[in-house]
Amino acid sequence: MAIKSFRDAINEALFEEMRRDDAVIVLGEDVSGGAGGTSGTRDAAGGIFGVTKGLIHEFGEDRVIDTPISESAIIGAGAGAAAAGLRPVAELMFADFVGVCMDQIYNQAAKFRYMFGGKMQCPLVIRTAMGAGMNMGAQHSQTIYSILASVPGLKIVIPSNAADAKGLLKTAIRDNDPVVFFEHKALYNKKSEVPDGEYTIPFGEADMTREGDDCTVVAIGRMVPFSEKAIDHLAGSGITCDLIDPRTVSPLDTDVIFESLEHTGRLVIVDESPPRCSIASDIAGIVASEAFDSLRAPIKLVTAPHAPVPFARELERAYVPGPDRIAEAITAVVRGKAHA
Amino acid sequence: MTSLSTEQLMRAYRRMKTIREFEERLNLEIQKGEIPGFTHLYAGQEAVAVGVCEHLDEQDYIASTHRGHGHCIAKGCDVIGMMKEIYGRHDGLCKGKGGSMHIADVDQGMLGANAIVGGGPPIAVGAAIATKLQGKGKITASFTGDGGSNQGTVFEAMNLAVVLQLPTIFVFEDNGYSEHTGARYAVGSKDIAGRAEGFGLPTEKADGCDFFAVYAAAGRAVERARSGGGPSALEFATTRFFGHFVGDPQNYRAKDEVAHHRETMDCLKNFRARVTAESWLTDDQLDAIDTEVLELIDAAVEQAHASEPPGPEEILTDVYANY
Repeated sequence: MAIKSFRDAINEALFEEMRRDDAVIVLGEDVSGGAGGTSGTRDAAGGIFGVTKGLIHEFGEDRVIDTPISESAIIGAGAGAAAAGLRPVAELMFADFVGVCMDQIYNQAAKFRYMFGGKMQCPLVIRTAMGAGMNMGAQHSQTIYSILASVPGLKIVIPSNAADAKGLLKTAIRDNDPVVFFEHKALYNKKSEVPDGEYTIPFGEADMTREGDDCTVVAIGRMVPFSEKAIDHLAGSGITCDLIDPRTVSPLDTDVIFESLEHTGRLVIVDESPPRCSIASDIAGIVASEAFDSLRAPIKLVTAPHAPVPFARELERAYVPGPDRIAEAITAVVRGKAHA
Repeated sequence: MTSLSTEQLMRAYRRMKTIREFEERLNLEIQKGEIPGFTHLYAGQEAVAVGVCEHLDEQDYIASTHRGHGHCIAKGCDVIGMMKEIYGRHDGLCKGKGGSMHIADVDQGMLGANAIVGGGPPIAVGAAIATKLQGKGKITASFTGDGGSNQGTVFEAMNLAVVLQLPTIFVFEDNGYSEHTGARYAVGSKDIAGRAEGFGLPTEKADGCDFFAVYAAAGRAVERARSGGGPSALEFATTRFFGHFVGDPQNYRAKDEVAHHRETMDCLKNFRARVTAESWLTDDQLDAIDTEVLELIDAAVEQAHASEPPGPEEILTDVYANY
């Protein structure tokens, strides 16, 4: 084990997979950076958050492709290259930009296999940075994964820590279906233990990072470390929880949630997205229809409000669910005050 | 003089004739009510698909449009499998799950008809990233109509192809109409190739009803792409003999326009006139192909008619490789 940042773990996965398989390429805006600049320096950016740093020096311009700002062309070309035998990792600089290339994601890549009778595969990975917390405002801070999780044909990965990010990205690159890989911007600098050597993490297998008796907490992405903080705090007052990190929301490991609920009977779902048609409401719906008998209390959702992400520090801080709100929600559910 | 051998000329004619008869027959069969959904016919534009695809082999890729039957046939897709697909049969080219607007056959380098106008060019550009990296001299082409030429995806794809100097060809087919609206209205500059030129692409315009003109222009673009000279764009003026889809009353066209175009802009008639005048092929040879094609289309309709739809278990297959 070594301590690495979320960013470095993803960077390492890219290096390892590109060395392992010549068919893996990276394309996107500024993935190297510096092309056409006056300094002649390449790798001037290594991606806007530095995640693809260094790749161009080892793999060259044919496999680390700086593109114009043309998201439709980036994702569409990624889909076409995947259909023609490559394993492209396309970087969509911010998840919010899904709006300018939605067709290429959900009408093209997601549907090739099905529309064409199983004869075409599209092993495309779309890496994209998401989430609030850096005062980037309404068009650079969203967590829009629920929109894409609703599309059959796509797999949706949301890692919450460095070790998972590395193992899940390697699985994504080797997977034969299109995968959208959401990286929370506020996690890039967060360091944690990463196993040495080769490993992958299968899709559809949740991780349980805390175990307890009173409540099941399901948290997504950055909400996992926030929930850990809340749960660890509550342990002092005698409330213990299972904490489930689905890691992939499509496919979703419902078995682990159902099993945990049989034991705890109470469910809190923590999601940074607004509540309507969210992963939180989706999980709540699945539990209500398939595991109702396990519930001893109403399901509680801890989400952002039904509003765009605000800019001002104070507003954004209030917008994003934090450890305090999560702890309050758990306490309310356990103390029988879920509607309070 | 032509650089085409007798065999090549016969194959080109056979493919154009196959497209024509496939579409003429579909127009009749659809009106009987057995074929589900929307069908957009390519009749009238055959010289474009065939004139381009005669330069390609199965390892070269094309991306097509909602009006894609012609591109499929020109690229070598199985005609019987296509007909079954359009009928929604289990043994269609895509198991009956794609239909007319979603026919693909990767083994033939056919990356799919595409029901999203302007959806194809980014895909062909991506396939060109692959063929360039694979280094086998293989190229890609996208077909786009005058309507699709107005889509931003196409502009993005052209720019990216120029930036990366990819082995791809943007083929624009101006059949005069973007759905129910004239190209002379919807293409603001009236000059699709001119726009492509603005993106830095070498371009050519030619008569899309003249197979030999298409073949010559496409040949130069293909040669450029194969030899590492980068992308090109071609604009062909052509016509469609039917409406936007089967059943379109076409009240946006002058009453005698289609009849007039069938008389004056028929690429098959033009082809026959040219090859017989030049003594490259005889009427007997062409007539024999006509007979052969009609038999093939009869067999395709008969087999499609007789085949079964997919079973309900197929709803959930092929969504993912694994899930």
